[in-house]
Amino acid sequence: MPHQQVKFYQTGTLTVGNRLLDETQRTVQATMDRSNSLDSGHRACQGCGEALGARYAIDAAMRATNNQLIAANATGCLEVFTTPYPESAWRIPWMHSLFGNAPSVATGIAAAMRVKGRENVRVIAQGGDGGTTDIGFGALSGMFERNDDVLYICYDNQAYMNTGVQRSSATPGGARTATTMPVGTEPGADFDKGKNVPLIAMAHGIPYVATASVDRLHDLEAKVEKAMSMHGARYIQVFVPCPLGWGSKPADTVKIARLAVESGLYPLFEAEYGEIIASTKIRRKVPVSEYLKIQRRFAHTLKNEAQLARIQAVADQHIRRFGLIDEQGD
Amino acid sequence: MLKQIEGSHGIAEAVAMCRPEVICAYPITPQTHIVEDLGAMVKSGNLSKCEFINVESEFAALSVAIGSSAAGARSYTATASQGLLYMAEAVYNASGLGLPIVMTVGNRAIGAPINIWNDQSDSMSMRDAGWIQLFAETNQEALDLHIQAFRIAETLSIPVMVCVDGFILTHAFERMDIPEQAQVDQFLPPFEPRQVLDPDEPISLGAMVGPEAFTEVRYLAHHKQMQALELIPEIADDFKHIFGRDSGGLISSYRTEDAETIIVTLGSVIGTIADVIDSMRDAGHKIGAVTLRCYRPFPTAALREALKDCQRVVVFEKCLAVGMGGIVASNVRMSTRGFTTPVYTVIGGLGGRPITCQSLKQLFEKAVQDALDETTFLDIKCDIVERELAREKDHSRPGAAAENILRDAGVVDAAKTA
Repeated sequence: MPHQQVKFYQTGTLTVGNRLLDETQRTVQATMDRSNSLDSGHRACQGCGEALGARYAIDAAMRATNNQLIAANATGCLEVFTTPYPESAWRIPWMHSLFGNAPSVATGIAAAMRVKGRENVRVIAQGGDGGTTDIGFGALSGMFERNDDVLYICYDNQAYMNTGVQRSSATPGGARTATTMPVGTEPGADFDKGKNVPLIAMAHGIPYVATASVDRLHDLEAKVEKAMSMHGARYIQVFVPCPLGWGSKPADTVKIARLAVESGLYPLFEAEYGEIIASTKIRRKVPVSEYLKIQRRFAHTLKNEAQLARIQAVADQHIRRFGLIDEQGD
Repeated sequence: MLKQIEGSHGIAEAVAMCRPEVICAYPITPQTHIVEDLGAMVKSGNLSKCEFINVESEFAALSVAIGSSAAGARSYTATASQGLLYMAEAVYNASGLGLPIVMTVGNRAIGAPINIWNDQSDSMSMRDAGWIQLFAETNQEALDLHIQAFRIAETLSIPVMVCVDGFILTHAFERMDIPEQAQVDQFLPPFEPRQVLDPDEPISLGAMVGPEAFTEVRYLAHHKQMQALELIPEIADDFKHIFGRDSGGLISSYRTEDAETIIVTLGSVIGTIADVIDSMRDAGHKIGAVTLRCYRPFPTAALREALKDCQRVVVFEKCLAVGMGGIVASNVRMSTRGFTTPVYTVIGGLGGRPITCQSLKQLFEKAVQDALDETTFLDIKCDIVERELAREKDHSRPGAAAENILRDAGVVDAAKTA
């Protein structure tokens, strides 16, 4: 297998470990024969977490399926920045139909492959959080309930970015969006609203549900490859920062993703058939303010003690609920 | 083989003989029996190599068909009324993507007020969605049109909607000639998709198109429908050659030779209209009818030819363009432009109101004397309308119109005393 030479000058990052691993344990992205399914030349913004997440996920799925993969894509940033006619950044068979029907389209593709005796061809549906948790939610639930042989990947950047950063049901409390502006006594998005789609997916009893984050490539790839080793309805939700919508530096995309996990705000876990089987432990817990302060969408919360406390409470609840900190302290 | 069966069952048998590979089912009256029958055929193995999928909505039904068709499978679904509206976004999408899906619409009114009975408002709401629309006169033709629909759709790579009057056809038991599988196989070759999602040859389908090319893409959709004007009669000829029956085509004529008055309509009502024409012919009136078997593309030239020698045209339609009048009539006028022939609009059968020979006879007798208003609502109860209008004038809060009218019509009182 062709591979890149190990260089030892990369210190202080989580990625250096990859280069020191045995070749067979390296990430798909580290191999030179990765499929580059989402190729260069697309028109995503600088530092786009969704472009990163989609590339990681689809390349991993391609390796897991021996390149026998078809993707259905919901309307949204990912669709728009990858396929400005007549160009396409996709090197896999890829289809966009509508905003709210990607799960159904994927069901249809999977049915076609089954009826034609091509079960080796596997199907992914993908979309942003708006297309997944809001407008496509009925279709998603239908696909889950029928246990159709589809992996749905939601790239969660916590708002409608393609239309100009409006609130979705995945927008966290306190966040500024174009429709939850930081004005009044309770600025930003309301607390105690929104949907936790991974938990709702689990309630369908489907074979596999996982959350992942673009800051940890190994984990994300492993979850996608595991999902592709299984059949039936599967769901992975990937945390993908959006510099434009969140008011963050493009260079901070991976850092923000890491802080979301390390603060407890974005719990990473895996579930099979409705039961959580593993969660990613927090290595070094950070206060939520570390995560919030490098995003302008949360700037007002740092000046509002009550809001800051509520966001910290969300993180702390996640830590308790998903067992993100090992009580033994080892 | 001749069978005495329900229209829906005949349609299901025809669809099954077309060897669909993916069928999406969501229940809505009055099309439900069709997908029920198909589901049973898949379960029993009588329809093999077919995935039957129970989906959660009509939007999903057509979306699943979009996915399966794009992946190269012959795909079918059926809907009606609110269901067609609920899938509207996908209706436009399927044609825009050039996917040869066949869909039955069991024609039914659109609410509010909710109404499950027959008219053609649902199909008419999608007349400009880029689908070919065929309308069946009889259950035999409904069966035949489905077989032709797959061939038309796949030849042009655009979807076809087969419109069948709800209840009047879907639920009527009639004698139908069920073709042999070998005949259908001879008529309908296996589906060779024009474009297909395949890992061996990756394509991107459904890209964004901006102002630089959108007009051309839309024009091509129109151009394809114009091609269909030639293809549909050819396929009907081929159908006749193999099955020995006249079915399909663009229009059909009934006693239009030397006709001074021509009724233009579509769907099953031609049966009643033909009976009235027969009796009026007996009384010496030169009257005939033309049925539009294909509504999209609109057979402008064929209809113009059929209407060129008559003295008046009466368009009888089971739909209403609120705020304008007739939907079909305004299309028919495109065919008669330049003629001095008056085109009268008659709206009838809305929400399943029976269309009786007696009412039609009175209507046509007025028509032959040119005594019709430009737009007529057949059998409208004017007194009830007047009462509601008066109520609205006299009261600042007159209440909901539909409920008031039901009360005035005596339906509510009748229910109380029952």
